[in-house]
Order: sequence, then C-alpha cells, then structure tokens
Amino acid sequence: MNALAARRRHPAAIALLLVLGLALVGAAYSLFAPKPAQAAATAVSADAINEGRQLFLSNCASCHGLSAEGTKSGPTLIGVGAASVDFQVGTGRMPLSAPNVQAPRGERVMYDEKQIAAMAAYVASLAPGPAIPDEKVSSGEGGDAALGGELFRVNCAMCHNVSGAGGALTRGKYAPPVQGVEGKYIVEAMLTGPQSMPVFDDKNINEEGKASIVNYLKTFESQPNVGGMNLGNLGPVSEGLFIWIFGLALMIGTAFWLGQKAA
Amino acid sequence: MSTAASARAADLRAGDAKAAPLGAPKTAAGKVAVWADERTGIAKGASVMLKKVFPDHWSFMLGEVAMYSMIICLLTGVFLTFWFVPSMGEVAYQGSYLPLKGITMSEAYSSTLAISFDVRGGLLIRQIHHWAALMFVVSLSVHMFRVFFTGAFRKPREINWVIGTILSMLALIEGFAGYSLPDDLLSGTGIRAAEGFMRSIPIVGSWVSYIVFGGAFPGEAIIPRLYSVHILLLPAILVGLFAAHLILVMVHKHTQYPGPGRTENNVVGFPLMPVYTAKAGGFFFLVFGLLTLISALVTINPIWAYGPYDPSPVTAGSQPDWYMGFADGALRLLPGALEFEIFGFTLSLNVFLGAILLIPVMYTITGAYPFIERWVTGDNREHHLLDRPRNAPTRTALGVAAITAYIILFLAAGNDIMAIRLQMSINDITEALRVLFFVAPVLAFWVTKRICLSLQRHDRDTVLHGRESGTLVRTAEGKYYEVHEDLDPYTRWKLVSFESPAPIAIGSGKDANGVSSKAAKKERRRAKLSRFYFKDRVEPVTPAELAAAHHHGEHEAIEAPSAAPQAVKRAKQD
Repeated sequence: MNALAARRRHPAAIALLLVLGLALVGAAYSLFAPKPAQAAATAVSADAINEGRQLFLSNCASCHGLSAEGTKSGPTLIGVGAASVDFQVGTGRMPLSAPNVQAPRGERVMYDEKQIAAMAAYVASLAPGPAIPDEKVSSGEGGDAALGGELFRVNCAMCHNVSGAGGALTRGKYAPPVQGVEGKYIVEAMLTGPQSMPVFDDKNINEEGKASIVNYLKTFESQPNVGGMNLGNLGPVSEGLFIWIFGLALMIGTAFWLGQKAA
Repeated sequence: MSTAASARAADLRAGDAKAAPLGAPKTAAGKVAVWADERTGIAKGASVMLKKVFPDHWSFMLGEVAMYSMIICLLTGVFLTFWFVPSMGEVAYQGSYLPLKGITMSEAYSSTLAISFDVRGGLLIRQIHHWAALMFVVSLSVHMFRVFFTGAFRKPREINWVIGTILSMLALIEGFAGYSLPDDLLSGTGIRAAEGFMRSIPIVGSWVSYIVFGGAFPGEAIIPRLYSVHILLLPAILVGLFAAHLILVMVHKHTQYPGPGRTENNVVGFPLMPVYTAKAGGFFFLVFGLLTLISALVTINPIWAYGPYDPSPVTAGSQPDWYMGFADGALRLLPGALEFEIFGFTLSLNVFLGAILLIPVMYTITGAYPFIERWVTGDNREHHLLDRPRNAPTRTALGVAAITAYIILFLAAGNDIMAIRLQMSINDITEALRVLFFVAPVLAFWVTKRICLSLQRHDRDTVLHGRESGTLVRTAEGKYYEVHEDLDPYTRWKLVSFESPAPIAIGSGKDANGVSSKAAKKERRRAKLSRFYFKDRVEPVTPAELAAAHHHGEHEAIEAPSAAPQAVKRAKQD
C-alpha cells in the first residue's frame, strides 16, 4: 500500500489512470450497448467501397465504363446490386474470359472473398439493387423439399432440366446445370436474372419458396442413385446411346462367343 | 379301329410272326413321352421339329436376342401388373421418397413410385422391363438390317419380311404406350405431344383427339386406355405375329451364307436337338443375365426425378425413348413455314408430316422393298443362299442411305442435348441437319456403292492372283517378284459363287408395231431401274479366267475382261 501511495505522483500515473479509465468505460459500453444489427456487421466502410472502386477501375471499367455506366462491350452496373456482383464474380463468370454469346461458369474464381465483397459494396453504393441474400434463405434450411420440387418443376425445369442437368437455349446460349451449385448463387441468380434468365424476385417466389427450392436441390443431390449409374441425368438420349453401344455390343459379343463354341 | 385291327390280323399267314412290340419305356422321361404321345400324337411333329437343321452364324442370333428380350418383357411385365394401378385418380403421395412427400399425383405415378421404392425388387424388375424393351427394338432393328443386307427377304420369304416390318412398327407403339404409363412429367409431356400430333391430322384431328382422350386433354381416360393397349391388345398381336414369323422360318427353312457344300436345296448346320436346344436355351439365360446386369448397374427412366405430370411445366431435355426419336427429330427439323391457313382452317403440315405420316410411310416403303426389287430384277427363283452385302452393291447402298436418313432424324431429336454437350448453337445444328437429311443419304449411297464395288474387285484380284504373301523372291537373273499364295478351293468358292445380273436393255417404250403402249412404257421404266441397280457391276471370276491367270503366272496383272458372257449367270429377265 505504501509502495503504491509513494508512487502516486509518478509521471506515468496519469497516463496509466487514463488507460484504465478508458478500458473500463469501453468494457462497460460493450456490455450495455445495444447489439448491432446483422446488416450493421456487414455494413461496409468507406474504405471497402474505395477499395472496391479501385478494383473496379483496374479490372472491370474497360467494359462496364469508368463510372459503371456501361459501354458497347458491357452493360451498366448501376442498380444491379451487390447480389449481381457476388454471383458473377463469385462463380468466376466475371471477368469474362473471352467474348461469347454467354459467360460460362469460370473454372477459377479470380478474386478472394474480401475483394469480391469490396466490389459488391462499390456497385451497391452506386444505386440500390438486390443485396446478397440472407444465410437463412441461401442455406435452404427450413425450406420444404416437396414444395421446392414443385416450384422447381413449374418455374425452372423448362430451361434447367427437371433434374437440374441444364438445357439448351437459342443460338448457343444455354441454361447451366444447377446440380452442385451453392445455395447462395442459386438465390442470387433468381434475384438478379443473369444472362438469359428471368428475374424471380420475392414477389414471384417469396423467401420461403426460394429456401425450399435450394432445399429441394440439396435433397435431390443427396439422394443415393438408387437405380445405379445415372448416365448424366440426360434422359432417354443417353439411355438410347447406352443400349446401342454397350447393350448391343454385349449381345453381339455373346452371340459371337457362343457361335465359336463347338456344337 | 377294331375293323382295322382284325384286317391286319387276317393279313398274317401261318408261321408269320408279329413284329416284336417296342419294349415299354424304361426311363422316366421315356414314360412321360410315351404317355404324351399316346394321348396327343405329338411324337411325329416333335420328331420333325427336333431334327430341323439350322446353320450356325452369330448374325442369325440377333433375331433370337429380340425374341428373348420380348419374353423377358412379358415375364417382368406380369410382375409389374401386380402393383401398378392404371388410374388417373388423385392421391397425396405418402411413400418413402422424401422429395415428393405430400405432393398430389395420379395413382399411376404413385404406384410406380411404390414399385420403385417400396416393393421388394420392384425397381430392378422395372429397370429390366425397360432395358429389355429398348434391347428388343435395338435387336429387332439390327436383325432387320441383317436380313436386308444379306437379301434374306427374297422369295419365298417376302411375307415374313412384311410380318417382321409390322412387328417392328407395333413394337414402337407398344413401347410408347408402355413408357407413357407412369404418368410422370416426362411421359406426360410425351402424351401431350401425341395429343398435338393427333390434332394436326387434317379435318378429323380434333375429333380423333377427343375420342382417344375421352374429352379434352388430359382427361382421366388416357392412362387406363393405354394400359389396355399396352398389356392386352398389342402384346396379343405381337405374340401372334411373332408365332407366325417363327412358323414361317420353320416352313421356309433357315437361310445360310454361301460356302462349300451349301446349295439352294440344302441347309448345312446342326439339328435343333440337342445342339440348338442347348445353345439357344443357354443364350436365353445369357441375354436375361446380361439385361439384369445392365438393369442392376444403370438407371433407366428415373421417374422419381421427373415428378408427377402436370400440364403446366415442361422440362428441358424432353425426349422420347430412342425408337421414337426419329419421329421427334423429323418434327424438330420440319420448318414452321409448313403451317398455313386454307379456307379459314389451319393446316399444320409442319407437325403432321413428321409426327403422323412419317411412321406409316417409312414402314410401307420398308415392307414393299422385296416386291420392288423383285419387280426390277424379274427374279422369280427361290433364294436360300444369302448374298454377301458387297455382292449386291446397289441394294447395300440403298440400305445404308436409308439408315443414314434415319440416323439424321434420330440425331435431330437430340439437338438440344448436342447443343449443350458440344457447346454449339441449337439453331446451327438444326439447319445443318436439315441439309444433311437430303445430302447425307446421297453421299452414303455413293460411298457405300463404291466401297462394295472395290471390295468385289479386290475379291476378284485375290481369286485371280492369290493372296499377297509378303515374301519377295529374287530370281537367278536378278528379277524380283512377290510370291502370291493360291487360295484354297473352299475360300475361293466363297469369292466366286455369286451372281452379278446384267441390266435389262432399255427399250423405246413402244411395242412391236411402233405404237407406244402402257405395257411397253412400264417395261421401259423397269429397264431404267434395272440399269440403276446393275449398271456398275463386277462379275465373278470364271473358271476360264482363273485358268488363264494361272497360265500367265502369278504376278502378271490380268485385266478383268467383261468378256466370257457365257459364264455370267443372269437373272431371269423376262
């Protein structure tokens, strides 16, 4: 006690007291302050927007224009929202590897999550647009697989195939396979309508419906192939090829073998 | 009976001994046979049947594969009828496939799901039934190719060819009726398409559709009706025609490939008992085993993935089973411009030509072919020896051209699958196939005919000069030549024992008095066709030519002379 009292006029005492006080106040504030909303946690700083802008200028602006206003080679990104950026860049569709009728899903994603988030933040800052969907929807948890299946057959199967194997559109365009695609990207595609796809906003298919579709696709993927090899889920075309190539070869091979047997 | 017996007894003179009666059968099988013969007189017929001789060749077993596949379909089909409910009544699914739990569907679909997931062994049997059906149509098609390319349809087998053609067409309809029964989204789309086809029939289209569906599409009648057709009507006709097909094979005796000792008047081979009963019986189990293996390893028609039928959704990649593919392909290739209005009525030729008219037209041409060829060749003899395809170049080329056209239509049915798998534009694929449908068969005809003629020339060469042995010999003077080995007479016979009919001379279309008559014009047309068939031909080597070739030494080229007309066996021309 004496030792402490003897040093109370020490020049460092004030600084130490200040640090202690600040720490206490800070700790108390963190205890009693209202919990920040989820959105606030992902709310982006001006720094992120700035970083996103830099990335945009050096990687995207040549096609989408210096202020994302669009050029002959690329559409405007004003108002497409964060979901669009997250979908296009997160699946490797952007940056476009080569001009074509449609951006194919990339084999490699060019940016890390932080960079994608920064670009998404920048694009979202230009004008309001669909935000990156909630984990609740994109995980498909709580969705109803049977309802999702029905919604999928009515809304999605005509292009993406009933088992999600994908399908052809006109002039080389296509609906890509949705098997094995992350729930987040499926919901983002519905929200933003990339390429030839129509938009399915929450008025067409509400959040519960979207979660159900994701849930259905995940359930469908996790089903064991009860019938054996699925031949790419392409339907009767691959079945016909199989029976002509393998079935017929087996039968002729057997007939030939039996013909060689001495009578 | 008693009078006959007493008459026979009276024939016996004193001292004559009656023939010792055959001893009573000793084995169990013998006892059964005698018992059956005494009551049915079966021994006589069975003896003829069991001694029937069949030639041995793997290509003769293709028809057997078709027969066995059909039997397997019948057996597994009976199993499926125990659980399948042919009704369009609505139920909420409560079975064990979770992604469909609680969904409203027809009883047909629900019971097919039950067969797939809740009936022990049900899925395997369903898959065997479906794979065997595909195999049935595949093997009967290939069997048909064999019969066509070897000329086995010629007299006296024209009727059997026609029966086979009808069987083949009925198999398509039977298949369509079968895969439509589960009432899943894919097959329902097929029925919807079929309904559209019916409506495209000029004038009566909508009535036909109303009659078939018992009202507006989809109604509640179509599944039960297709069920009757699939399990009762068509199988009965198929089995009946198939029995006739087999009986005619017995009556005509089997054809055989040319070879030493084989003539138009004999069959070289083995008797049904014991050789073919063992071989064919074993083959049945092999076919059944292989189809079961395929069915256990590879999914076919995963109806649970398609969901129940509902007229609003259609899935990408909707295709019929392969054997209906050519008609679907024709539909996809026909340009929309063929639909037009006439007197206020819409005429959908873009649908009608491909979906309704194509199948009967195709099968009529197929069935008529033997008669057309007979008319052109004027050949009225019986043929039990088969042609090697190369020795009938025009027929072979016609067959390949027809198959090419069929394949183009078949590919067109998968234009969307090709577009995504090969990353091409579906429009370009369709345009290309439209052109190919007309160009490819002509090309195929020409290429095939040239290949056949070249093979024939090569045969000729081999007969005249022997086989190149690869042994080079230097003579004492320093001359080099390659030793050509003579063919053995058995191999040679195969290469020289064919006919190469000459075309008929084209007349003027006028009769003896210089007056143009219908009959003379018809004869002129026939002669023109005969020229088309037989203008390009390679004649078999004659004994004289062979002797000359041997006389000249083994390596001197001998021009194939078109002389020696006395050796050319001609088809009867008048």
